[in-house]
Amino acid sequence: MTRKIQFREALNEAMCEEMERDQRVFLMGEEVAYYNGAYKVSQGMLERFGPQRVVDTPISETGFAGLGVGAAMYGLRPIIEFMSWSFCLVAADQIINNAPKMLYMSGGQFKVPIVFRGNNGAGGQLGSTHSWAVESMFSCVPGLKMAIPATPRDAKGLLKSSIRDDDPVFFLESERMLGLGSRGDTDFSRYLSGRWAPPTVEEDADFLIPFGQAEIKKEGKDCTVVALGRTVHFALEAAEQLEQEGIDVEVVDPRTIRPLDIETILRSVRKTNYCVIVDECWPFASIASEIAAQVYEGAMDDLDNKVIRVNNDDVPAPYARHLEQEMLPHARKIVEAVRAATYNS
Amino acid sequence: MTITTAPPSGAPASDRPSPAPSDALDAKALLGLLEQMLLIRRFEERCAQSYQQAKIGGFCHLYIGQEAVAVGSIAAVRPEDPIITAYRDHGHALARGMDPRHCMAEMFGKITGCAKGKGGSMHMFDKPHHMYGGHAIVGGQCPLGVGLAFGIQYNKEDKVCLCYFGDGALNQGAVHEAMNLAAIWKLPILFVVENNLYSMGTHIARGTSMADNLAAKAGAYGMRYAECDGMGVLKVYDCFKTEADRTRAGEGPCFINVETYRFKGHSMSDPQKYRTKEEVEEFEEQDCIQRLRRRILNRKMATEDQIQAIDDKCKKLAIEAVKFADESPAIGVDELYTDVYSQPFGPYKLGQPAEGFRE
Repeated sequence: MTRKIQFREALNEAMCEEMERDQRVFLMGEEVAYYNGAYKVSQGMLERFGPQRVVDTPISETGFAGLGVGAAMYGLRPIIEFMSWSFCLVAADQIINNAPKMLYMSGGQFKVPIVFRGNNGAGGQLGSTHSWAVESMFSCVPGLKMAIPATPRDAKGLLKSSIRDDDPVFFLESERMLGLGSRGDTDFSRYLSGRWAPPTVEEDADFLIPFGQAEIKKEGKDCTVVALGRTVHFALEAAEQLEQEGIDVEVVDPRTIRPLDIETILRSVRKTNYCVIVDECWPFASIASEIAAQVYEGAMDDLDNKVIRVNNDDVPAPYARHLEQEMLPHARKIVEAVRAATYNS
Repeated sequence: MTITTAPPSGAPASDRPSPAPSDALDAKALLGLLEQMLLIRRFEERCAQSYQQAKIGGFCHLYIGQEAVAVGSIAAVRPEDPIITAYRDHGHALARGMDPRHCMAEMFGKITGCAKGKGGSMHMFDKPHHMYGGHAIVGGQCPLGVGLAFGIQYNKEDKVCLCYFGDGALNQGAVHEAMNLAAIWKLPILFVVENNLYSMGTHIARGTSMADNLAAKAGAYGMRYAECDGMGVLKVYDCFKTEADRTRAGEGPCFINVETYRFKGHSMSDPQKYRTKEEVEEFEEQDCIQRLRRRILNRKMATEDQIQAIDDKCKKLAIEAVKFADESPAIGVDELYTDVYSQPFGPYKLGQPAEGFRE
């Protein structure tokens, strides 16, 4: 496949295709229209769909997140963009009380087909208030679904599925990934060769990646590394280093947290007998903690060592560049974790 | 006591047309309003009784005293106009046409409840009657109401959303964000403050700036303001008829301050130390049911016997609602995992709409 697109282009393609397909779909958020998106994800969409369907909001997350929920109850299919998931916290009541519980509280009468999407995790020296990774905070809420794509291909396929889903979806992107694929690199990682870009709309207008299907981003036999979103790329970088040390890592990307495809993870662990889990949130009650618990529950007898988690350090995100780098999960931490997990340290 | 109702200084109040819209209501229509208010009153009395018998759990907020607000406003709009309200929601549900049996069964936690017993007293949802719920986080329903109005505008429909909240919600950020969005986009929504003077036990003057001039709050958003006597169902009807028509005609949102009073406590567990018996009695003299009753009798639109017959009917309906709820099967444990997702996975199952709510 010769097609190369950036992560942000994949998101744009997904939204445009679904808006062409379904008149009920609209995009709303701060600077999505006239500014063409704070991160240019919605570039050109105002011109294409008009201000009724690509709607700039004031800085008013509670207002427009709640508006989206009400509009979804009314039968529309909103895409609500948070410039950053860090900013969703002021709208917590709308996104975790109203969106995911409406169907249940109404005894099945009101579904809420809405997508909340935006940048998650550290953007780069933004300090702690802007560097939230919200997956561990919200993934415990029954009624919502959550996707964390790692490649443009996954971003497009999962976002299209999210927009077509009848339930509220929390779609977590990363500012640091939006430009992936723009630097002339073939596939960012050689392990992703051929699995980088999604098909074009002409090739497949219904290119969807279903929720609850993990993808093995790199096959290997010596140690399972479970990673999500941006950390998939750190895991692949680590895998390249470890390959030189003779350790053949298998990188499993769950792609969605709710539902979580634990079976694919367990299958991998049963094969490799070792497990490292990487995510971009804080260690206490993190996604890695949950997956580790499920790995112990499902593959205890297949493990030849304890499961090792690689998370953010358990501190607020610092501003100073080198401190922030140290605090986040990165390839060196993963390399060290895999060595320790496989008794190679 | 009442708060001063100074003439609004923000956006101009609507000019009351003369004759008033309610002048066109005939005896049948007025008796219909009376019946709705009586039904709510009698229903709520049975709720209180059932709560004391521990058949209803959780929090339960009665609408007694405020009946004219839901009845008058809902009568003034069309059945397909969406409504959304807060947790004191039984009255709105009944005024909108929810079967009182389904409303009571919901509070009893029965499968025949409007939400199968999954919502309870504070979460009355009725999709066929365009009731988008009672909502229990104060002010949290206002952005949702704006979303309903956005949907109306998006679909280019000729509807108006009624979004109710209490005076206690006036100080929640969600309400102000909702009002701002409605104002900048001229959304078809009426923000209805059911101003019963107390947010739980805190008098509006203690917790809300400009409490004697809520028009200023509407004015801050460049929004139309109206106010009406919420103890008079025809006053409410006239106000809402006028403002709903204006909003339907494209004049944008309106903020309506409905001055009302609840005769009972905030919830079932409220010793009411924050107000005097004299104050309650003063408002009870303004009881919306008695006022409409007197008007009907004065105008000889019905006899005392006929009105008594309506009251007897409402009492019977309330008793029947309790009986129905009592005798209905409890929601089964097999429903625990239904209705969590529309497109379920893993342990979750797709539910069926509750009885009486199938589309």
